[in-house]
Amino acid sequence: MAETEVRGTRARGVRTWAAVGVAALLVAAACSSAGAPTPPPTEGATTPPEQTPAATPGETPKPSGKIVISNWDLYMPADLIPNFTAETGIEVELALHTTNEDIMGKIEAANGGGFDIVFVSAPFAEALTKRGWAAKLDHGQLPNFANLAPEASQLDYDPGNQYSIPYTWGTTGLCYRSDLLSFTPDSWNDLLKPREELKGKITMLATDRWLMLPALLVLGYSINTTNPTELEQAKELLLETKKSLLAYDDTTFYSKLVSGEASLVEAWDGWCNYGIAENADIKYVVPKEGSDLWSDTLVILESSTNKPAAHAFLDYVLRPEVGKAIAELVYYKVPNPKAMALVDPALLAQFPNLGMTADELTRFGQPERDLGDAAPLWAKIVVEITAGQ
Amino acid sequence: MDDVLAPAPAPAARRPVQEGSMGRTFRRLVLLGPGLAWWLVFLVVPLLVVLAYSFFHRGTYGGVVFDFTLDNYVRALDPLYLNVLWFSLRVAVITTMVALLIGYPAAYFIATRPRRWRTPLLILIILPFWTSFLIRTYAWIVLLNREGLINRSLMGLGIIDQPLPLLYNEFAIVIGLVYGYLPLMILPLYAAIERLNPELREAATNLGARPIKVFFTLTVPLTLQGIVAGCIFVFVPSLGNFIVPDLLGGGRSIMVGNLIQGQFLKARDWPFGATLALVLIALMLVLLVVQARIINRDRPAGADAS
Repeated sequence: MAETEVRGTRARGVRTWAAVGVAALLVAAACSSAGAPTPPPTEGATTPPEQTPAATPGETPKPSGKIVISNWDLYMPADLIPNFTAETGIEVELALHTTNEDIMGKIEAANGGGFDIVFVSAPFAEALTKRGWAAKLDHGQLPNFANLAPEASQLDYDPGNQYSIPYTWGTTGLCYRSDLLSFTPDSWNDLLKPREELKGKITMLATDRWLMLPALLVLGYSINTTNPTELEQAKELLLETKKSLLAYDDTTFYSKLVSGEASLVEAWDGWCNYGIAENADIKYVVPKEGSDLWSDTLVILESSTNKPAAHAFLDYVLRPEVGKAIAELVYYKVPNPKAMALVDPALLAQFPNLGMTADELTRFGQPERDLGDAAPLWAKIVVEITAGQ
Repeated sequence: MDDVLAPAPAPAARRPVQEGSMGRTFRRLVLLGPGLAWWLVFLVVPLLVVLAYSFFHRGTYGGVVFDFTLDNYVRALDPLYLNVLWFSLRVAVITTMVALLIGYPAAYFIATRPRRWRTPLLILIILPFWTSFLIRTYAWIVLLNREGLINRSLMGLGIIDQPLPLLYNEFAIVIGLVYGYLPLMILPLYAAIERLNPELREAATNLGARPIKVFFTLTVPLTLQGIVAGCIFVFVPSLGNFIVPDLLGGGRSIMVGNLIQGQFLKARDWPFGATLALVLIALMLVLLVVQARIINRDRPAGADAS
């Protein structure tokens, strides 16, 4: 999933554009001259012994050295990296990005380099793969890969998880104040064609993919459509909705619910949870027309000079107790049933959508795909909507 | 090369590069060097990159494909984008006018206080700059929203019974921009007004001019440079701002800054973003030329003589 701003942050709302500058400095310092690169362990017996003097035959050399990771701010438990380093001896330098596009720009500027591991949303993992910048994963180095939900390996942006490992996943739906509404919403039409009581009290997500999503689902089209006629129809619908819209909002929609400025908003499930945490009358529903199935992923870059250490980090994240800590920090589901089984039952009771199963998620919706050559068309349609009066 | 050490006579420094005086040329290069290097590396080179990008096109998965095309310029002329530009110009002009109407009396007031009061007052004007622009903009959301301080107070006092739509519209955008850039209007105005010789005003009054007449026939023309500078300082960043329309406009109307930001950060269409940025830069250049014209025309009779 790819909202444009700092993700999973509990630092309510205030966007950190300044972080872009800080992150840029980190990147400048981060160019992966990282430590002494360990040669990748090669299967078979062809490894010249002088290159891996420490390795005895049949034993994989232990990953070591240093890796550079870029992630959204506050999207990982604070003790995750220290614990990983303490256990493995692998040093981690953490850089931050504010958006998918931000990290894509940095990778672009370094021609595919600069980091060992990046956190990006699924369609961006797909773009990295198609650019040839994502490394093919060696599942042999990921013993904990077996913990991943089988459904998470069948998502069409990366079948079989050859290039990416999902970190979190979830749905996009309606987040509302049950105490302020006279009815229980269950359809995207409740948002797109709001009743009188909701006029001026609804918000929609501002990032193109989610701005278009409700209209595409109501019309019965793919959320990845590149058909101009379908996009045009969605636009007409959204321009009509805009007349009743309070704002397009990616970052503070749940605060607007809490304050009562809005009573029904389009929201990512995890972010609705931030509202629920402040007001128990806030509820979340996946509309009957469906949802997307967004996921944020971990990708090792092909340019990484320390892929064994990078794999070790991915494997660490796939551990049940680590996944549990992630879910309990960001209130997003992790695609790791063993981890979800460890999550505090009190949290699952407070945030019902945290308990959605992999099976439910895949029934609700499709993952976002990279739009390829249709991206400029999408961008233009979105400008037509946001600039339209 | 005694020249290098010889103190340069002041008038000579104004003349064009000295004929055959290698030493002097060298020294000037040394003095100019840092500024020139900064200008080249951080302004000219990036601008050339932007210019170059505008002639290429986006790759299927982002990035830039280096095939020459004029397509981006054709796309930029689409009425859709021209309308966004028109809306931005309108917002920026309104912002500048409001800032001038608020800023001129404020600057006049400060400049006519006793000397010891001026610095503290100016510091009060600059003070908000010490906080992040973003946070100050957010503060307006707290004030203006439907459940916010202003609406709550007005309803509490029984002045209104329905909340006023103060936020997420053009009004809120103008408020945010005026608030954000007002100091940039006040400071050059203050400098211009403070430089005015008060005896001129006394003379005009003694000759029978009423205050209004003194103000419009004397003060305003003599501070025209400050007015033009302040207007440019407010207009230029207002035109390109994308944070305020996003936060206070609620993303419901977009300005050219949002358009460019969207091309770079959302569509990952750097070439088209570069083209839109160049169109904006060209527009700004025209405005700066106009400003230079006004100031030059003003010079012979202007404040320098006072």
